[in-house]
Amino acid sequence: MTALLVNILLPLILAPLLPGIINRTKAVMAGRKGQPLFQLYYDLWKLLRKGAVYSRTTSWVFRAGPMVALAAVLTALVIVPLGGSSAPLHFAGDLILLAYLMGLARFFIVLAALDTGSAFEGMGASREVTFAALAEPAFLLGLAALAKLTGSLSLTDILGGLTWQIWSFGAPELAMVAAAVLIVFLTENSRIPVDDPNTHLELTMIHEVMVLDHSGPDFAFILYGSAMKMWILGAILVQIVLPGTGAVSPAHLGVSLAGMIGLAVLVGMVESVMARLRMVRVPQLLLTACAFSVLAIILVLRRS
Amino acid sequence: MYFILVSIGILLLGGLFSFLCDHRQNLSRALGVGGAVAGALVAAVPAVIVLFGGIVDPIRWPWSMPMGSFWLALDGLSALFMLPIAVLPALAAIYGGAYLRGFRGKASLGASWFFFNLLVASMVLLVSARNGVLFLLAWEVMSLASFFLVTMENDRPDVRQAGWTYLVATHIGTAFLLAMFFLLGGPNNSMDFDKFAAGGQGGVIFLLAIIGFGTKAGFIPLHTWLPEAHPAAPSHVSAVMSGIMIKTGIYGLVRTLVFLGAPAEWWGWVLVGIGVLSGVLGVLLALAQHDLKRLLAYHSVENIGIIALGLGLGVVGLARGNTALAVLGFAGGLLHVVNHAMFKGLLFLGAGAVVHATGTRQIDQLGGLLKKMPWTAATFLVGSAAISALPPLNGFVSEFLIYLGSFHAVASPTGGAAVPALVAIGGLALIGGLAAACFTKAFGVVFLGEPRSGLAANAHEVPAAMRTSMIALTACCVALGVLSPLVVPLLGPAVSSATGLPLETARQHLADIGRPLTWITGGAVILLVVLGGLALLRKRLLAGREVGQAGTWDCGYAAPTARMQYTASSFAQPLTDMFRLFLRTHRKGRQVEGLFPRDAQLVTHTPDIFHDGFFRPTFRGAGWLMERLRWLQHGRLQLYVLYIVLTLLVLLVWKLEPSLTAGR
Repeated sequence: MTALLVNILLPLILAPLLPGIINRTKAVMAGRKGQPLFQLYYDLWKLLRKGAVYSRTTSWVFRAGPMVALAAVLTALVIVPLGGSSAPLHFAGDLILLAYLMGLARFFIVLAALDTGSAFEGMGASREVTFAALAEPAFLLGLAALAKLTGSLSLTDILGGLTWQIWSFGAPELAMVAAAVLIVFLTENSRIPVDDPNTHLELTMIHEVMVLDHSGPDFAFILYGSAMKMWILGAILVQIVLPGTGAVSPAHLGVSLAGMIGLAVLVGMVESVMARLRMVRVPQLLLTACAFSVLAIILVLRRS
Repeated sequence: MYFILVSIGILLLGGLFSFLCDHRQNLSRALGVGGAVAGALVAAVPAVIVLFGGIVDPIRWPWSMPMGSFWLALDGLSALFMLPIAVLPALAAIYGGAYLRGFRGKASLGASWFFFNLLVASMVLLVSARNGVLFLLAWEVMSLASFFLVTMENDRPDVRQAGWTYLVATHIGTAFLLAMFFLLGGPNNSMDFDKFAAGGQGGVIFLLAIIGFGTKAGFIPLHTWLPEAHPAAPSHVSAVMSGIMIKTGIYGLVRTLVFLGAPAEWWGWVLVGIGVLSGVLGVLLALAQHDLKRLLAYHSVENIGIIALGLGLGVVGLARGNTALAVLGFAGGLLHVVNHAMFKGLLFLGAGAVVHATGTRQIDQLGGLLKKMPWTAATFLVGSAAISALPPLNGFVSEFLIYLGSFHAVASPTGGAAVPALVAIGGLALIGGLAAACFTKAFGVVFLGEPRSGLAANAHEVPAAMRTSMIALTACCVALGVLSPLVVPLLGPAVSSATGLPLETARQHLADIGRPLTWITGGAVILLVVLGGLALLRKRLLAGREVGQAGTWDCGYAAPTARMQYTASSFAQPLTDMFRLFLRTHRKGRQVEGLFPRDAQLVTHTPDIFHDGFFRPTFRGAGWLMERLRWLQHGRLQLYVLYIVLTLLVLLVWKLEPSLTAGR
């Protein structure tokens, strides 16, 4: 029961906090006061109380998109463990289901974007699928390296089995996997250097431009889904970098949560100090992630 | 086993009478469709019996052909292929009955039904044949019947060209198969499958099988006939050809592996290599296409690649004694055969519905069809999600098995097969991402947004018969996905006969993956419950509130037109540019210049690099060589007689020489 509470309820409540922390970090770095930490909660609350406006071009696919995407991401959440406890759903190969549930969410967001018939949303959709196609091998190959290191096939066992001992002898490959997953994290969550969520020009956006036409509760679903996706990938990354002792403990949970905050601060700092890459450079970044994953695997295989 | 004979009989009679009654359209159609459906249903009976663990008595009669007997039997492997051979053509025939109405007066529909039923009958015979001569006979009938189906609209030059390419390709493949069967049957001087022996030539036979069967299956670089023939054929025929006929190549390959017994490890590597190459290049070429059916044809190449990947991992597992990998690899590959038959059949029928409604296959001419054709759109959406391997549909299950086998091989402490497994993981991930890109493009541009031309604007939903088939295939895609914990154990007999492992071992390993599959279904249930909850929530939230209608936001631009929508070519451009090394897309057109530009245009065309870079020069070279021999063919009868005499003389000397030297 506590596992269910920790793994499901905590992320459901805390996920919208991450964008708040990122924005606050950016504001502090820029010497501004910034928006409230809980801004996304206010936004969601406001959107859920509003009506909606739909383009005459759109069909049921446009209305289904946000719902399917959020449902897929919430299902993926059930696979991700937190704080050393087992995820409610864990089995050999659950990480594949996780990756493809994310794919399902993306598939429907992209279709909803194409349903508007807008050139801008088409552009965003095209970029989204392009970068996702390259991020997927990096992510799965990185997880394969971890599977080899821990000798297990489910996310719960992999992240639970990563202990300080493994870090003590496998630091190089774990660091490389972490770097690969960090790049995937930034790509999938549309952060700098891949995408700039604060840009004001539709031509240069990726994720934001795809959801231009959504309004009201639909848009709330999308914002909440994005926050949840950030939580899921962030939780995986944090638990790679901050391994536990292999046992369930409140201390480990605390460390993981602190890690999530730390990750959000890190993303905020990255966004403050660097600009978005040119679109044509992004594939190179993703290929770097793939290279990190492959190198990590080679190191792991040499060790065995 | 008499079911098979009865089935073939019904199919042939249905086809024949349909042809004879060609002048009475309705009767002819009823006979053709009825024959196909009834024949296919009868063929499904023994397949189901075998898959559920039963045994069907074989037929073995002496016959007048040399080297062997007339022998039909069904083992697990045959039964697994027999099932889609029964289901898909039956549904395609129902669809075709309505689809072909548009061709009245343009072609002989009776003949088309004759060849359709002949094609199905030959495939039924092919997978149950247990004699090399019978197998090749069925193989040849299948090739010829499908050739005549492809060239149904033979008044169009592009169709004739496509048929010609197909005919040449399939016979090159058959030539390699003849050599292969010759080698297999040689040692025991019999063409019966149980007398086949590798005779130390295993590697050569394997390579001959790769080329011979790979040409039919569409392994890159032997795939060049697929993107020509599939678009040229009527859509229900494309569905059968792409869904199941090319899989007979996979059947032949797996059957050959059975003949060869214990495989060498490099065979698995070859298959994994071909799998990744076909998978990645297939989907990339698909992304660059503008023609909906051509796009689907390249996706068949991609999916054949995924199947080869699974089989390759299985072979590596067998060679290394890693039975878990062997079972998962073969099970994944074989299940993908069935799954691909369902969703690719569905997608070709959907594409056919689009062609039927609009008269064009050009993706960039379409758009907004969802509102005109709700059923076609919904079923095409399910097919698109299934081929992109999205859970909880069937494509995900078979790819999951291959992934799981790969992860097993990577994580197992004994190591060994880790490298091909990693190639498979990376390859599958990339293929999956690219396939999702390709099908968001195909579905999004064809069915969503606004119509891009008058053709799309005046579209209409297709007749009920065509809808029925598409809905049935959609149901199959969903059922095979959601009910995977019940479906996968049925693969036991097929995996057992493909790998040579005992049935119990295969069943044991398949039972081991029952738990993950059950949880995946559990995940699907969670997904649907959450989705239902969100839908209810959204409905309640919006009830009584203001829900407005407006134009799409176009950054303040007041008068958007349908032509301003993103096109399929633009959508795919970042990916096709990124992989331009393999695609070599040609661009033609005038740039936009100046402040008030005059009309500009852009035409892109992505040729098949293997067709243009390898086969065309090769055939041109062969033509040039043949030209050099033209002087032999001068038309003087006396000299021809001289050739014959000389040849006979040479043969005589060659034949007599051993006995002469022996007598000395």
